[in-house]
Amino acid sequence: MITNHLSILLVVLPLLAAPVCVLLKHHTIAWAFSTLISWSLFAISILLLIHVLEFGSISYHLGGWAPPFGIEYRLDTLNAFLLLIVTAITAIITPYALKSVAAEISAKRHNLFYAVYLLSITGFLGIISTGDVFNIYVFMEISSLASYVLISLGSSRDATVSAFRYLIIGTIGATFLLIGIGLLYMMTGTLNITDLSERILLSPDMRPIFAAFAFITVGIFIKLALFPLHIWLPNAYTYAPSIISAYLAAIATKVAAYLLLRFVFTLFGKDFAFNEIPLMEILLSLSLLAIIIGSSVAAFQNDLKRLFAYSSIGQIGYLCVGISFASVTGLTGAIVHMFNHAVMKGGIFLAIGYLVYSTGSSDLRTLNGIGRKMPYTTAALVIGGLGLIGIPGTSGFVSKWYLVQAALEADLWPVAIIILLGSLLALIYVGRVIEAAYFQPVPEEDLFQPNAQWQMIVPIWLLISASIYFGIHTDITIPIAENAAQLLVGLEP
Amino acid sequence: MNTSSLILASLALPIAGAIILYALGRFPTLRNSIPLITSCSLFALVSILTIEVMDGNVPEISLFNFAPGLPFAFKIEPLGALFALLSSFLWIVTTVYSIGYLSANHEKNRVRYHTFFCLSLTSSIGIAFAGNMLTLFFFYEVLTLCTYPLVTHSGTDAARRGGRRYLIVLLSTSIALLLLAILWTWVATGTLTFKNGGILSEHVSSSAIAILFVLYIFGIGKAALIPFHGWLPAAMVAPAPVSALLHAVAVVKAGVFTVVKVIIYIFGLDVLRDQASSDWLLYVAGATILIASLLALRQMDLKRRLAYSTVSQLSYIIIGATMANSYALMGSTLHIAMHGFAKITLFFCAGAIFTVTKKTRIDELDGIGKQMPFTMGAFAVGSFALIGLPPFAGAWSKYYLVLGTLQENSYPLLALLLVSSLLNAFYFLPIVVRAFFPLKDKNGTSANKISEAPILMLVAIMITTLGCFVLFAYPDFLFNLLYPLIEN
Repeated sequence: MITNHLSILLVVLPLLAAPVCVLLKHHTIAWAFSTLISWSLFAISILLLIHVLEFGSISYHLGGWAPPFGIEYRLDTLNAFLLLIVTAITAIITPYALKSVAAEISAKRHNLFYAVYLLSITGFLGIISTGDVFNIYVFMEISSLASYVLISLGSSRDATVSAFRYLIIGTIGATFLLIGIGLLYMMTGTLNITDLSERILLSPDMRPIFAAFAFITVGIFIKLALFPLHIWLPNAYTYAPSIISAYLAAIATKVAAYLLLRFVFTLFGKDFAFNEIPLMEILLSLSLLAIIIGSSVAAFQNDLKRLFAYSSIGQIGYLCVGISFASVTGLTGAIVHMFNHAVMKGGIFLAIGYLVYSTGSSDLRTLNGIGRKMPYTTAALVIGGLGLIGIPGTSGFVSKWYLVQAALEADLWPVAIIILLGSLLALIYVGRVIEAAYFQPVPEEDLFQPNAQWQMIVPIWLLISASIYFGIHTDITIPIAENAAQLLVGLEP
Repeated sequence: MNTSSLILASLALPIAGAIILYALGRFPTLRNSIPLITSCSLFALVSILTIEVMDGNVPEISLFNFAPGLPFAFKIEPLGALFALLSSFLWIVTTVYSIGYLSANHEKNRVRYHTFFCLSLTSSIGIAFAGNMLTLFFFYEVLTLCTYPLVTHSGTDAARRGGRRYLIVLLSTSIALLLLAILWTWVATGTLTFKNGGILSEHVSSSAIAILFVLYIFGIGKAALIPFHGWLPAAMVAPAPVSALLHAVAVVKAGVFTVVKVIIYIFGLDVLRDQASSDWLLYVAGATILIASLLALRQMDLKRRLAYSTVSQLSYIIIGATMANSYALMGSTLHIAMHGFAKITLFFCAGAIFTVTKKTRIDELDGIGKQMPFTMGAFAVGSFALIGLPPFAGAWSKYYLVLGTLQENSYPLLALLLVSSLLNAFYFLPIVVRAFFPLKDKNGTSANKISEAPILMLVAIMITTLGCFVLFAYPDFLFNLLYPLIEN
């Protein structure tokens, strides 16, 4: 029974910790406190995932009010796995914050930074674990508002502009979601996801349901930064403080992708979404465009953060390709890619953050020969990049293996080919980084000698090693993803 | 120690060597001795395993699963043993040569060089021992990545351009075509294990087999079939020992080895013989032989001429395997070893000439035989071996290939083999002749004084030259090793 309460503790803990952080004026204490919280969250989510895998889904009734009247927190394999992804990433990157935040954010705001950071974690964890659609909207607002603040803390003036742009676009997305939820509530009189999924097809008039579906999916597409609704993402990732770039790149889009899965498969149901509405065609064409355009644009970027931000747009495409097949293999690929991409991109952005910390720049042209001066960080960046290409032995290969397999199973040849061609586009942008880092001469006047900061190098390598480990051993990730995928399409695992 | 742990040891050994080398490489003695020790012990391990294979055992080991029913697995059959034995033996020789070459040419980044050399050899061994297509593909890709820093070793603009081409051609063919073919096979058959007689025939229609065949053959870019051969000449920007071991033996032989493996164990010889669709491969490989030979004639850069010669020689092996009769198959697998010895000798000679004279162009080599008699003597032996003249390696493999064409009654192929031998003679012999008998006596004084390459390089050259004789005189060992392959 204790485990059941853990599911609410996961959200309450960071929520209560955030105001405490405001009171902790000293940077190191605030940091240590947040690190402690992030590690406890990680521990809790491991316990929850083990419980869910062993005993099936958890349903927690907030305040003891039974659903559908009360708010329900419902954990199945999918969200338990997502909780693990989010908390694992935060547990690894929060220790990195000490040096990075001290270097990039003015000392007055350190405690506020950690408070907002914890709030945004609260938002993400809340979105994932709640089983109530209005609750999802509330938590989405919490996480979004926190993200705007975190991005605007970036050291350049562009950070404020990017944050403002994200605020405008993000608010539109959230509003769309709210309109959709409102329509659903109007037609069914309930907000509980399980309840909604049963009543939705009994609705006397289906037209509002269609409208709700459109509003909700487009709202999520905005949050997901699915092409062509991605314009907020490159600037937000580029100008945010380094640790926030890593945090958002690893987590934010995965949470949005989770919402897409939850709404499409659990709430509306596979039949409604893929037969009544041509979701497959829409999602597939958008995501293939995302793969090609995102990866191509990435090849022309000179700023590392921007380069990998565009790469993220391509990778979101991969994720959505997997979702669009609506098959077990495809969903397995998509879900495992959420994990793999979070690990790889988190590692890559942390590595870039460390380059920025040491050299003050993330411009590829000023980083010539950086591989000689910072061998560990650069090697991490390169291995992460190889993962994005999908070289065997990295976790990116596992994702691609399942995605291509799903495409072949669905007899969609051209899709399989485009997925593989996308890897070649990734080869171009990663190749540029490798050439600059290792095979360009070091500028002569360059005299700086970075001294290694182990608090930063260890998290980088934790994530990068994980990306190799899970590229070779798939015994942990694949069965979980497969289990979640089977639950989504309504098969008994 | 049982055979499965020997397999693991032979994979772990070069990796361990690479790690120790990276950590301790700043001490010159260690930097030179670690690769030597590693390569010698690797050769010992592979020899033990080869003896096991010749005794009729099948050393194998299965590690963890990548997907249900798809493990990382190793299984040694005769062909793999041959490839591993060849690579690990020539690695010892190349290490000796490299030490001489690197110090004579004052190359930088020697630690990086030796480290990646170790890793490349690990991948070659992994390819040789792979028990299924996924494991093979894994090491195939790692081999590409590990050789890239060796190709771009010098870091000049030309090296980076060459390296870029190398990486793009090899990775794009393998990801876009080979991976697709592998996944298709996996989806269609539910297995990727190498099996005698192939795995496809029961599951896939014959038209699908035809398409898969195209995907596989062109996907294996390391086999350098036209039009995907461009990476090999581009890789010639690498230092000579790299071109010698990797681009005459390890990498390109990994390519043809994979092709032969796929033909025997994925498609099955019988399936391909029944299928008219495999004929196109004979045309493509035949065209590759001719076109590459003609291109080789036009190259004035010595290493590039050797590279084009390699492109054409690789297609001999592919033709032999595609003909799929026992003579041709024997000829093609023998050629893996014979061409390896002959071509590595030629590359060693090219490197020795460069080290002593800094000359890379063929038209500058007039009369060089007087200055470097041993090197050019070895060059002559290597050339004869490639042309297929007895008493040198290469005569046997060509003999069996010719027998194979006769058995098929395929006279066009027979003519092709003979014409290409002639072309081989055209592009190699003038170099040898003019080295010893220059057209007009140039009034250089240095040309009459003997000044040879450093002793370590000469030793390496002499070993491989000797190898060219030995493989002709004592081929029994190879026949015995490869016999089970054609028995089935």
